[in-house]
Amino acid sequence: MNDIWDGIVQAFTLIYTLDSDLIKISLRSLQVTLSALAISCIIALPLAAVLTIQQFKFRRFMIALLNALMGLPPVVVGLLVYIVLSRSGPFGVLDLLYTTTAMIIAQTIIITPLITSIAHQSLRELWSEYHDLLISMNTSHTQRIKTLLWDARRALLTASLAGFGRAIGEVGAIMIVGGNIDNATRVLTTAIALETSKGDFALALALGFVLILITIAVNIGTHWLSQTESEGRW
Amino acid sequence: MFPLIAENLVVEFKGKHILGPIDLKVDKGDIAVILGPNGSGKTSLLKALHGILKLKIGTVRWSCSKTKSIGKQMFVFQTPIMLRRSVFENLTYPLLLREIPKAEANHRAAQWLDRIDLRASMQVPATRLSGGEKQKLALARALITEPQMLFLDEPSASLDGKTTYEIESLLQSCVSNGTTIMMSTHDIGQAKRLAKNIYFLNKGKLESIQPAKTFFIRPLSKNASKFIAGDIVE
Repeated sequence: MNDIWDGIVQAFTLIYTLDSDLIKISLRSLQVTLSALAISCIIALPLAAVLTIQQFKFRRFMIALLNALMGLPPVVVGLLVYIVLSRSGPFGVLDLLYTTTAMIIAQTIIITPLITSIAHQSLRELWSEYHDLLISMNTSHTQRIKTLLWDARRALLTASLAGFGRAIGEVGAIMIVGGNIDNATRVLTTAIALETSKGDFALALALGFVLILITIAVNIGTHWLSQTESEGRW
Repeated sequence: MFPLIAENLVVEFKGKHILGPIDLKVDKGDIAVILGPNGSGKTSLLKALHGILKLKIGTVRWSCSKTKSIGKQMFVFQTPIMLRRSVFENLTYPLLLREIPKAEANHRAAQWLDRIDLRASMQVPATRLSGGEKQKLALARALITEPQMLFLDEPSASLDGKTTYEIESLLQSCVSNGTTIMMSTHDIGQAKRLAKNIYFLNKGKLESIQPAKTFFIRPLSKNASKFIAGDIVE
């Protein structure tokens, strides 16, 4: 219990004093996660819309595969990205290993199937509602995709937040490809793992509380900005 | 664009015969009303003519090209499909699809809001309207594009007398503006008020095509006589 109490006190102290290390690590966490989230959304949302409205040969297989990939073990993703980016790997020449870019790549691979699957579920429901109308209005594929993405935007926001939650709490893959280097690739989760291994539970807990606070703040902020729960919204 | 000619039109769904073979011709300015018992194929015929349902065999021809004709026809469904947008945005949607400038689309939508008496609800989500208001909005959304051909599937099913009257007034005004109408209904009174020609459909077959004036006095088919008398049609 002492460790938990010390953790809470230390967390407030770190936040109150605007500890420079904490700020740097937190901002890096947000930078890596939000970059991965942006890239994932650019890939996942149109992909989910295409899977919803387009009939093609391996569509069902792709949907099943994406659903299966939602449970992709992050450590395995980290290992694969490590192999690909290591000096002897095909992209070794880019010298990306142990950089935040490598961490963003790993996180993007982890959360893209998750966002795609959740988005696909929402868009499929909307498409079954809109199908006859959009066909009767002779809309093009692009117009259908735009309409679905716009009208399902709040559900898609939830899908994106699920991706954010998965990415910001991720540790295995980014530890492998980022290396947890101080002032370079250390983020909140890897810092927590390090402090725990050093036996500094109070600091680890303090960082954990900060991580939880950031997650809650981003979720509340996003819902507030999008007015998800407002009267008259969907 | 006219006449609309259907030849040897047959529709099947999952191997089950739904409709046909049907031959018919619709001329410009017609108000063609399809009458028939439940399950006779009224909706399927409308959807097949509009191109939403695939034909097993047969053709639907317009005097102009398919691409040209498709942009000049609209369909109003029995259960109105509302976009998850405001009433106003539902009205501007088909205009913006046709790349009509936003200012012009807004101006036309505002005029239609007055015509269907929904100006006070213009920012309300369309899904929150009552059944009658939704049907009026769906009709206005179709008419705002000034279609040359309008398909309506039981446009006043389960609506009260006042709303039915409002919808019929809108239909009559759009016919006087040059729109041709093909609609299905169960309401014999409505068919009497609106129809120029009656198409009587039973078990997927077109049993008779008659001018409305003679249909209700001397129907050509026995089943049509029973239907008018309110008896069960075999």
